[in-house]
Amino acid sequence: MKKLINDPADVVSQALLGMAAAHPELRVDHENKIVYRGDAPVSGKVGLISGGGSGHEPLHAGFVGPGMLDAACAGEIFTSPVPDQMVEATKRVDGGAGVLHIVKNYTGDVMNFEMAAEMAAAETGVEVASVVTNDDVAVQDSLYTAGRRGVGVTVLLEKIAGAAAEQGRSLTEVADVARRVNEGGRSMGMALTSCTVPAAGQPTFELPETEIEIGIGIHGEPGRRRVPHVPARQVAEYLLEPILADTDFSGGDGVIAFVNGMGGTPLLELYLMFHEVAGILEKAGVRVARSLVGPYITSLDMAGCSVTLLKADEDLLRLWDAPVRTPALRWGV
Amino acid sequence: MTGAGADTVDLDALGGWIREFARLVGEHRDELTRLDSAIGDADHGINMDRGMTAAIAALDAAAPASAAALFKKVGMTLVSKTGGASGPLYGTLFLRVGATAGEVDELDGPGFAKALRAGLDGVVARGKPEAGDKTMFDALAPAVDALDAGLDEGASLGAALRAASAAADAGRDATIPMQARKGRASYLGERSVGHQDPGATSVALLVAAAATALGGPGQR
Repeated sequence: MKKLINDPADVVSQALLGMAAAHPELRVDHENKIVYRGDAPVSGKVGLISGGGSGHEPLHAGFVGPGMLDAACAGEIFTSPVPDQMVEATKRVDGGAGVLHIVKNYTGDVMNFEMAAEMAAAETGVEVASVVTNDDVAVQDSLYTAGRRGVGVTVLLEKIAGAAAEQGRSLTEVADVARRVNEGGRSMGMALTSCTVPAAGQPTFELPETEIEIGIGIHGEPGRRRVPHVPARQVAEYLLEPILADTDFSGGDGVIAFVNGMGGTPLLELYLMFHEVAGILEKAGVRVARSLVGPYITSLDMAGCSVTLLKADEDLLRLWDAPVRTPALRWGV
Repeated sequence: MTGAGADTVDLDALGGWIREFARLVGEHRDELTRLDSAIGDADHGINMDRGMTAAIAALDAAAPASAAALFKKVGMTLVSKTGGASGPLYGTLFLRVGATAGEVDELDGPGFAKALRAGLDGVVARGKPEAGDKTMFDALAPAVDALDAGLDEGASLGAALRAASAAADAGRDATIPMQARKGRASYLGERSVGHQDPGATSVALLVAAAATALGGPGQR
């Protein structure tokens, strides 16, 4: 294992030290591993908190700031944060309008956020609503699985719900917007390589040089199937085929199309992929209204990408275009 | 009373159970993580070791005065320090064990069995597993059943715990051919078949630790 670290046990806390040094506009609670926007709580505004295992940067701490999250709770690498963190963050970001928990659909995240919501209600009386993202079409959504995983749509949701909260919408309205984003979004990912968890010291899975994994998750958990390594054009088809089969994205106000890097793939290749994705969408009669390209929800050093499509409407596009000022997304300011 | 009711375990022995579990988790840390990398996210050993190390530190800092206090401290520490799915599941297990054990400084066999069954019920309430889902439940439920059955038949707590440990081991081994229906392993579908469940493996350590600590020298 070759990584820019000092000690595998201290990667998350040392990265948070760097985050605090690089972004003085944020406030970092190092003891609880929580990143806050500097002016939290914002009086009268719905507070948005999210959190999850580390290793997906910039998600979630990189999306803390005006127009997006009020706080992000960092867990150990690929491990959900604990309820104490979410309870603390909930108390600190409540500006009197309630708090929305944004949770990715993984067993650990859901259980820890559930315990946190129970504890926060008992201890503080802050009104809490939760939205769980589950956009990954690689996973069969049935009673016999933990359900689809929350992946790329989480990034779009945090931006859009953040804008809705910034506009002064109520907790119910912000939660509604968030659910609308989750319901209208679908994703599919792939890996060229495995990733290496620092504390484990070796790649999470073996992927031969000649093969790629289709339907990969963001924790190095194996995907749907393994296929021979093929050109980007074919990979784009592998990713879009199940998304377009799941949901009709044609017509209407088009889509927000998001090509995401898994952490180890250069932007050059992501733009090349976006070209392939755009070509397939055009043929399918899907109009790209807005786009996002870059590594925003990653899986440590994994090489690969994911594609997310979100069905847009006028309201969602206005919220998407609204100003945002965070370490990783910043426009209109 | 005869049979099971005749032997009791005191606070030292109950604390010894937790310490033996922590020792086994530390010893099997890499194996648990290796099992988890095959069908999960490669952190079960790391997380359980971190949680149990913190639990032992909490017990060392202040000796609990009752079984309720002992298990509550262990449960709360696991919830706060473990993360992932294991934190809420093992945390809830010990919190329920403590609530059912009550403000006592010793438990008899049926008392311990009742507390452990409450822990199992807590796992079911939190994670909603069913038999055959390939989870910790598949080792824990047979162990709790075997403990009850042993005590009902008049076995000593030690003998019943050894039977429970054998049942947990068998339950753990039985997860190998199962297809996962809960947790991250469920994303694999059929590809989860042929792998031993990491959660069932750590539960087998938990029950083995009980057989060692509560069925041996700590027992009166």
